[in-house]
Amino acid sequence: MSGNANTGATPAEYTVVMVLGDDVSTDAIYPGRFMATVLPSETPQYAFADHPEFRALIRDGKLPPRSVIVAGSNFGCGSSREQAVSCLRGHDLTVIARSFGRIFLQNAVNLGLRAITCPGIEVQKGDRLEIAADSVLDRTTGKRFAVRPLPPTKQAMMEAGGLIPYTRRRLLERR
Amino acid sequence: MGMTVVEKILARASGRQSVAAGETVEPAVDVAMSHENAALVINQFMEIYQGTGLEPKVWDPSRIAIIFDHRVPAESAKTATNQKKVRDFVAHQGITRFHDIRGDEGGICHQILAESGYVRPGFVVAGTDSHTTTHGALGAFALGIGATEMASVWALGLLLNVEVPATIKVVIDGRLGPCVGAKDLILHLIGRISAQGANFKVIEFHGETVRSLPTSGRLVLCNMSVEAGATSGIVPGDEETLRFLRDDAGVRDGVDPVVPDPDAVYDRVVMIDASSLSPQIACPHAVDNVKPVESVRGVKVDQIVIGSCTNGRLEDLAAAAGILRKRKIARNVRMLVFPASWRVYREALRRGILADLMEAGAVIMNPGCGCCLGIHQGALADGDVALSTTNRNFLGRMGNPKAEIYLCSPEVAAASALTGVISDPRTGV
Repeated sequence: MSGNANTGATPAEYTVVMVLGDDVSTDAIYPGRFMATVLPSETPQYAFADHPEFRALIRDGKLPPRSVIVAGSNFGCGSSREQAVSCLRGHDLTVIARSFGRIFLQNAVNLGLRAITCPGIEVQKGDRLEIAADSVLDRTTGKRFAVRPLPPTKQAMMEAGGLIPYTRRRLLERR
Repeated sequence: MGMTVVEKILARASGRQSVAAGETVEPAVDVAMSHENAALVINQFMEIYQGTGLEPKVWDPSRIAIIFDHRVPAESAKTATNQKKVRDFVAHQGITRFHDIRGDEGGICHQILAESGYVRPGFVVAGTDSHTTTHGALGAFALGIGATEMASVWALGLLLNVEVPATIKVVIDGRLGPCVGAKDLILHLIGRISAQGANFKVIEFHGETVRSLPTSGRLVLCNMSVEAGATSGIVPGDEETLRFLRDDAGVRDGVDPVVPDPDAVYDRVVMIDASSLSPQIACPHAVDNVKPVESVRGVKVDQIVIGSCTNGRLEDLAAAAGILRKRKIARNVRMLVFPASWRVYREALRRGILADLMEAGAVIMNPGCGCCLGIHQGALADGDVALSTTNRNFLGRMGNPKAEIYLCSPEVAAASALTGVISDPRTGV
């Protein structure tokens, strides 16, 4: 999961597939009318269901591996619905935002969605990115943006593979 | 160093003398609340136990509350089956605070928690619903979490990753004008500090206006604190909190309010003069796009909604009925009313409030959340404009991304129902 996973000669390249503004709510990411669908295996079909640009990406098969959504501040504000995270996770997306809503960020950590806080990020659709633990490099423009690292506990949860294995370990330690 | 209310609560719940903003703690949970999404929590809970050889057993069935409210009665076989799965789990685990689809004890989760006396000052309340912030009105630290985190709480009784939030102190002084209330205060605050102005922080409410608000109004303030991004809103417990818990929630045992230290450290202080406020309107498509009613007057509306965990209480229905009694809503509007709980519904029925609303032309719906988030009844047509006392006006919120939603108080909603356009309730409509 970590940005350091690719330490070979050529670090993996990510592609910006969509650029969004501030305050993208979980209602936009996963509209309420699909909330009866809860299984992570079923939620990806409704990701950004009312967003023509994202629907076109899915329709045209333009979500290759290492696709990135870049957003402004407060991405994932609003509802606590976890489908908003599992639907993006299911498309194997990475989200880079200037900041995240609190519940969304925690849900992302809990489910292992890569959500990177990058306060100064400014990129264009189609840009190629190199993602490291401490910065994001836009290879298209040559600009580098600092990453705000996750607090240690969230980092540990990510490294454990999410909250379920993390909790399982705690449960077993109690015995 | 002095502590804020939330720092005191988190210190107690983590078994520590003190905590300060920025530290990470693992507080014990006093109330763990879920609604229909308990179905997903159950999946995740079972997965935690997979391969452990342990029997999946919740840490304390008496501290878990489950309330069906999002799709009641079930609108589809899928929902009905999810609800059945939750019912079976509740029975198997011995969960007692279960509120099924019933006219005696059902309703919207946040109203049920408050009116059932499940929440006390000093509690840590976690809920799989972002509006769990509501319970700060009773002096609790109350936060929304995801389903997987709730599964972890069910297993361990702890929140494993709480970064002690910094606290914004909001001081509201001044006498509220006619037809101006708690909804206008919180909309004004959100407009001022923005939809992310309190992200990762707590809003602690102070001032003479807040002290004089009944609990019903404080619930509105804390309910919508999340719309400024707050982890929790909180009103320090006082005489009114004790009165509400004793008289309205049937709490018989001792209750200790938690108040901040005089030298508590705040992130910042925001002052509001309540006496200068007009009724406030949140305009499409953001809760922080707030304007005084004077500058939105005359916008044509198609559907009026009064209800929800924000403004579906007896006081809200009574305020609307006071404006609509012996009058008729405009022919070109539909008016939907959904009380916050069946207890509220029954009391409004007894007092003749529901009859007044119906005779004016309103439709009374089941207590529930469905209409507010566009999942069960009350959908909007393409191009429709809704004026609603609910809490969110995001694009598509009420089920149709081609509609617009304005948010307001019950008084503005009722006055506008009469005219069919957004109207100022103070000008004798």
